[in-house]
Amino acid sequence: MAKVPVQFTLNGSEKAEFVDSGTTLLNALRDKIGDTSPKGGCQQGTCGACSVIVDGELRLSCLTLAETCNGAAITTTSGLAEGGVLHPLQRAFLDTFATQCGFCTPGMIMAAKVLLDHTPNPSREDVVEALSGNICRCTGYEPIIQAVLTAARANSQSAA
Amino acid sequence: MTIRRGRGVAAINYPTGMNLGGDPTQALVHSTPTGNFMVTLSSVDLGQGMKQIMAQICAETIGVPTDRVVVDTADTDTGPHCMGTFASRGTHRAGNAVIQAAREARQVMLEVAAEELEVNASDLETDGQGNILVKGAPQKSISIFDVALSAHFKRGRSISGRGMFLIPRSYPEKETGAMKPSTCYAHACTVAEVEVDDETGEVTVLTVKNVFEIGRALNPKMVEQQLVGGSWMGISHALYETTEPYYPNRDHGGTDFNQYLMPGPGDLAETEIIVLERPSADGPYGAKGPGEMCANPQIPAVANAVFDAVGVRIDTLPITPERILRALKAQAN
Repeated sequence: MAKVPVQFTLNGSEKAEFVDSGTTLLNALRDKIGDTSPKGGCQQGTCGACSVIVDGELRLSCLTLAETCNGAAITTTSGLAEGGVLHPLQRAFLDTFATQCGFCTPGMIMAAKVLLDHTPNPSREDVVEALSGNICRCTGYEPIIQAVLTAARANSQSAA
Repeated sequence: MTIRRGRGVAAINYPTGMNLGGDPTQALVHSTPTGNFMVTLSSVDLGQGMKQIMAQICAETIGVPTDRVVVDTADTDTGPHCMGTFASRGTHRAGNAVIQAAREARQVMLEVAAEELEVNASDLETDGQGNILVKGAPQKSISIFDVALSAHFKRGRSISGRGMFLIPRSYPEKETGAMKPSTCYAHACTVAEVEVDDETGEVTVLTVKNVFEIGRALNPKMVEQQLVGGSWMGISHALYETTEPYYPNRDHGGTDFNQYLMPGPGDLAETEIIVLERPSADGPYGAKGPGEMCANPQIPAVANAVFDAVGVRIDTLPITPERILRALKAQAN
């Protein structure tokens, strides 16, 4: 089968790959490019572990075809830390013990980042709504909600 | 139609590990040439934090900071034997094995230090910061870094230790069938408050107050984290989760996360966690297993709360609206 060229920006750097037509963005990122931060949980859009940000919007990379992302700007959790300094969301997830097995964590952080990008001072209800497409088995969600609220407070303090 | 409120309580005791077939775990500890310590295990960290706990136990026993310890749980083909990370046994069984291995390694470390300092090994102590001192004369000291270098390149010693922990198999007494399935029990008690809609059968958990007695909490934040998540999972088991809702009939079993129900971030009960520490006699630094039991007491507590609210006993899990409505109907007839 003829390969399809795909070209996009991943965490600020240009990527170009040939993929089989029909390859999901998740598989292109993990298997072709080697960014394994998005996780393949259910492969059918019900768990949120594969969440990435495409042109500022939260997307399920397991349900997104790589070839539809030509020219897009894609952000994954592995691109959040800058110069070895963790993103406030990553810091907050560590500080509030919001991760155990860690499989849902990158998806949770992506969902939370899109929330905070649009709503810098979210209510608890905003956070719950933003995380409602992501499933966690270990934490009982409360520490994750607290992590997002903690990161929002850290952001608003550093902005002030 | 009425929303009825109920409160239920339940208490449990829960065994740490199981010795019905013997329950062994082994560990190896060795130092690197620069005085870091490696713990080799076959026990698996599946998110419960085993690597952190084993690093703490090894560091405490040898007398070095925790960040000087690396835990390798990589490979059951090549690592020392472990029965597995199940039955809430990881901390207790592997922890005891690590203590034994770390003690042996510490003894070699002190012997090498004694040769370097020209004193008796029994006169030495560690400061927990990476140094070995002469008791009562702390100005006479040597760093563990230098001790490891000496052992490797000068004295030809291996600073290492072997550890194993085995709870022997318990056989039942012929007359009574009595046996000892475990040597160490954790305990918990939960009070749950629910609202039950007697028209729809829907249950809302309002509050869950949990007390857990888990021996010594070796890492209190990680214990709390596991207990909070476990409390949520207990409610999930009580009210939502099943692959076979009409067991043994497979019909209507969930096949994906849209159908396999669990409470989401918007369905959380107000949750309280209290930890009681009563160190266990045979646990590593007094620890018991907080693993599985953290998701247990919520289930009977919710069942009792439903009974308190609407007067029906649901004895099949999960306690679904359908089961409650059928029970209410049967009660009315």
